[in-house]
Amino acid sequence: MLRFNVILLLIVVFCALGVVTSQHRARKLFQGLEAEQERARQLDVEYGQLQLEMSTWANHPRIEKIARERLHMVTPNSAVTPKGGR
Amino acid sequence: MVVRRRPQRGHRFTESPVLQLALQGWRSRTVGLLLMAAFLALVARGFYLQVINNDFLQQKGDSRYLRDIEISASRGKIVDRNGDMLAVSTPMKTIWAIPADARTMTAEQKRQLAGLLDMNVRELDGKLASEKTFTFVKRQVSPETADRIGAQKFPGVHQEKEYRRFYPTGDMTAHIVGFTGVDDKGLEGVELAFQNSLLGRSGSRTVIRDRRGNIVEDIGATKPPQDGKDVRLALDSKIQYLAFSQLKAAVEANNAKAGGAIVIDARSGEILALANWPTYNPNNREHLSGAQLRNRAITDTFEPGSVMKPFTAALALEKGKLRFDTIINCAPGRMTIGSATISDAHPHGALTVAQVIQKSSNIGTTKIALSFAPKEMWDMFDSVGFGQAPNLGFPGEVNGRLRPWKNWKPIEQATMSYGHGIAVSLVQLARAYTVFAHDGELMPLSLTKIDDAPPHGVRVFSPQTMKELRIMLEMAVQPEGTAPKARVAGYRVGGKTGTAYKIEGGVYARKYVASFVGIAPISEPRLVVAVMIDEPTGGAHYGGDVAGPAFSQIVGGALRTLGVPPDAPIQVAEAEVGKGKL
Repeated sequence: MLRFNVILLLIVVFCALGVVTSQHRARKLFQGLEAEQERARQLDVEYGQLQLEMSTWANHPRIEKIARERLHMVTPNSAVTPKGGR
Repeated sequence: MVVRRRPQRGHRFTESPVLQLALQGWRSRTVGLLLMAAFLALVARGFYLQVINNDFLQQKGDSRYLRDIEISASRGKIVDRNGDMLAVSTPMKTIWAIPADARTMTAEQKRQLAGLLDMNVRELDGKLASEKTFTFVKRQVSPETADRIGAQKFPGVHQEKEYRRFYPTGDMTAHIVGFTGVDDKGLEGVELAFQNSLLGRSGSRTVIRDRRGNIVEDIGATKPPQDGKDVRLALDSKIQYLAFSQLKAAVEANNAKAGGAIVIDARSGEILALANWPTYNPNNREHLSGAQLRNRAITDTFEPGSVMKPFTAALALEKGKLRFDTIINCAPGRMTIGSATISDAHPHGALTVAQVIQKSSNIGTTKIALSFAPKEMWDMFDSVGFGQAPNLGFPGEVNGRLRPWKNWKPIEQATMSYGHGIAVSLVQLARAYTVFAHDGELMPLSLTKIDDAPPHGVRVFSPQTMKELRIMLEMAVQPEGTAPKARVAGYRVGGKTGTAYKIEGGVYARKYVASFVGIAPISEPRLVVAVMIDEPTGGAHYGGDVAGPAFSQIVGGALRTLGVPPDAPIQVAEAEVGKGKL
């Protein structure tokens, strides 16, 4: 009887330690998850900012200005447009 | 003191010298009762804390480590049909302070903070002199600057996340996109019209934080944040740029007060471009005037003038009263109805119905119009959408003015046939022209991109009538017509000019609204384009001279952008090469 009780006691202690370690591990993982989610948010923000930057560089007035002034491009008119499409 | 006596016979445990003292019984009972009372008090206190006051204490305990965190949601983006950004929110920081705490900063710290915030120290001191417990130091600070401020750990200075709205396309799309005020509230344009779907709803979560402020555990249900939905407009930013820059050029070339331009996809009723001049920069809204803010194309009405004539002609053809080539005598260019006299800008002789439209004869149109009963004409105007808001869901849409037919006088019926005595907005006019482009069906307009099958229009005229009307509209841009400058190299286009007097104080002033509304390409209409120039004072004031060239540029560019194959016979191009127009 006594021996049985001792075994039960040991099992209880073992389980208790198990709970403690798994709780600890869960919290560690949770923190990791938090950090990653924060990073994802940061990247999302950065993505938005980059998109904004891209649309600023790619705005039509700027492109037209560069095309006309720096690259000396002209709009094709019908005389130089091939009519093979029809 | 009791004298200790030696027990006489062995041990007698039951006998204690203390017991031999005859203490009175009430003393022990009193002590017992006092102890009992103390116990009861403890039990009562315990009961009070554990049962009655439990909630309060539990809450106090939780607040030591539980935190409610708000998860912010961002406002939806506004993009054009190809996904180009028109409005986007990006996080910024607000720097705020508790003035009483912040005043403990050293002079050196204040100088640093002011430097980082791009303010001068006196300005900063002014803000911190406030007696309130909270003051904004600066809003909309860039995240990088905010991080640097955070690293300095200034006493009493805190920061909070907020969003700022950016409009990469700026003044080009200002009127259609609109803008938001503080706290993400849409104030104008699409930002206002789609406020409900654009708005993000922030979520929240309850967490346990440890001593170091790390989040250790989620407690209970998390309410996820709902980011605002993106709105995809029908707008094509390339065509919008084209319309905007051509409109601006036309307004400046004609020294005009204002202008508007609309491009509609005739197949689906989507608004591909909507531009107004003057405009403003939505990213920097200081010193704004009402004139800049007005979205004229949608919220302003004007008497359209001759652009209404094709509708009168269409009704005559539809009712079988006249044919395409029925001859109408327009001589001598003047006509008296009641006490009023109407006249043509250039007197004509006998014209066919088609030529009446081509040459824009007021007399011819009047003669056509007077053959209708007023109700017939009112019904036609009503069925192409005049006198009713175009139902875009856009703030400030107007109905225009179409008076009830019952009290029309003959002169009014006559002037209405050529667009006076009736007021419409540019968007209504463009929409009405979809009947010519869409074989007689009036298309519902859409601000947003239509992904599935385009909606069905409402049939107003028969396809045969429309075919003939398109020929008339094309004739108007021929050299003999009113708008040869509206022609587009490589494409067959058609349209109608309008040159209307403006009413000032109830009388017609010598100020004009020049307009041109047209469709292209004629062989298979794809676009409806309307251009309106308000008060041109640069010499020319006729619709064909003022609005026609802008129409031509917008249509040509838009058709190329959309990849519509040219439908004009090749000779036109060759003729132009011959004329050296390359």
